[in-house]
Amino acid sequence: MNFQSDIIRGDEKAVFSLRSLYSSFGFKQFRMSKFEEYDLYVKNKDFLVSNEVITFTDGSGKLLALKPDVTLSIIKNSKDCGEKIQKVYYDENVYRTTKGNKEFREIMQTGLECIGNIGTYEVAEVVLLALKSLEEITDDFILDISYMDIILSVLSDAGLDSQQNQKILKAIGEKNTDEIKKICAEEKIDADRIVSLVTINGKYENVIEKLEKLCVTYNEKAHLKTFKEILTFLCDSGYADKINIDFSIVNNMNYYNGVVFQGYVNKIPSSILSGGQYDNLMLKMNRKDKAIGFAVYLDLLQRFNNTDKEYDVDYVLLKNDTDDIFVISKCVSELKKENSSVLVQNEIPENIKYRKAFKITAERVEEI
Amino acid sequence: MKQIVNVALPKGRLGEKVYDMFEKAGYSCPSIKENTRKLIFENEETGVRFFWVKPSDVAIYVERGAADIGVAGKDILLEYEPDVYEMLDLDLGKCRMAVAAHKDFRDDTDKTLRVATKFVNIAKTFYGEKCRDIDIIKLNGSIELAPILGLSDVIVDIVETGKTLIENNLEPIETIVPISARLISNKASLKFKNEEINNIKNALALQVEEKKSKDDK
Repeated sequence: MNFQSDIIRGDEKAVFSLRSLYSSFGFKQFRMSKFEEYDLYVKNKDFLVSNEVITFTDGSGKLLALKPDVTLSIIKNSKDCGEKIQKVYYDENVYRTTKGNKEFREIMQTGLECIGNIGTYEVAEVVLLALKSLEEITDDFILDISYMDIILSVLSDAGLDSQQNQKILKAIGEKNTDEIKKICAEEKIDADRIVSLVTINGKYENVIEKLEKLCVTYNEKAHLKTFKEILTFLCDSGYADKINIDFSIVNNMNYYNGVVFQGYVNKIPSSILSGGQYDNLMLKMNRKDKAIGFAVYLDLLQRFNNTDKEYDVDYVLLKNDTDDIFVISKCVSELKKENSSVLVQNEIPENIKYRKAFKITAERVEEI
Repeated sequence: MKQIVNVALPKGRLGEKVYDMFEKAGYSCPSIKENTRKLIFENEETGVRFFWVKPSDVAIYVERGAADIGVAGKDILLEYEPDVYEMLDLDLGKCRMAVAAHKDFRDDTDKTLRVATKFVNIAKTFYGEKCRDIDIIKLNGSIELAPILGLSDVIVDIVETGKTLIENNLEPIETIVPISARLISNKASLKFKNEEINNIKNALALQVEEKKSKDDK
């Protein structure tokens, strides 16, 4: 298939390159239906980015939903396969509202999930693929990475109730140290450990010392050991400059544990990649196996690196009703010789930018 | 290479005070004080570009990356919950979000409470935590009128001095949350202009600390 490269939008280009990236690591494409039983989402409402779901009843009276999320469907449709590991990728449209906006949008999303008896290698491989995904889009990117278990351990150490925990997690996500100090003061607990965790931000070599000082309990040390192993692997793979350790990334603690990460691309105002390890979600869905995955929000790429086209069409060719169709076709072929685009019209349309206009005189093209 | 940091300032008195803090921190842009119709003011030397926007729009400019950082009231942040980093409490524009009612109002808990407010989300969250059934009446201004005319039982609004309330025979009955101006940052900008933004934040934080310790004395 031959086509002009400038007709492919940034998001479409990304879909193809990401697909080929994921399949080069042996991931298999997972195609799914656009609908899913609503029940699945009600049970795991907090896992969704937005609570709003488009629902409708099918012929048999079953309540269905237009997919607001892909991960839940993949878990539901995958089987607990013991020691084995399933590696799948998808590119699908999901339907949901965005934060602070009640309007539904169709969001193009691609991503992958790795489910089964996963170990440190699988986790490291998925994060590596997240880095490579961003690299496919541009060289100017950053992957923020954090470790939920360390945050949760520091918080449980403080002994807060679940409501306060949620409030603190929200403040952590906003890097709002003033709010953290305020909540801690109200609860009469020491804010120092939480604040110093949140302010950890930077490259591996610059923050590791601080992090080692902070992790004191047996559990924290064990988590840090795994985290370090993964980070060293990623740095050795050549991404030391692209990884930013930032403990302000907090995904819902009821679902996530282990590594969580978010990818940013310069000139796009919000994170375009988001993922993490979600063993707790698997447990909630009565599964004993573990899982990790991420999604890339391709809709954000529509405006990225898209230089405005100078012309909508190269040539406009005006025909008359009386012209013979073979003559018109001959004229079109003549103009198309230089691989140009030709629009045949009766009149020059408004709101269109063209390079040149032609008309047919005596069976030949003539520039107007 | 030094990157320009785009700063959205809220139009009005608060914005001018905030600009003064930026100026004191070494991020001046003298042309901003000239009485012109210009909307954008840039100082290449210090690497900042200021623009004035409607206070309630600051969070939108920052969330969507048109501005890297900005200054918005905590009321706006609570109401719209934008996806931004809240970097610093500037300790300016201090007031509180409160429930107010007519002087002889008695809360009749066997009825649905009618609440008039501009801040629907804040009111919903506040009464939601109390499990109180409420009927929200969204108004865009002159909220104080609602209980006087019997449109609502109480109002949820910003109280600064309480003068307007007193003049209208109303009184604050409960504080929901203290409000002040906050420095916010776009999430992606903080990754790619980290040094520039943190320098600004630290310079402003220093002034807040100085002011606080002066007030304590």
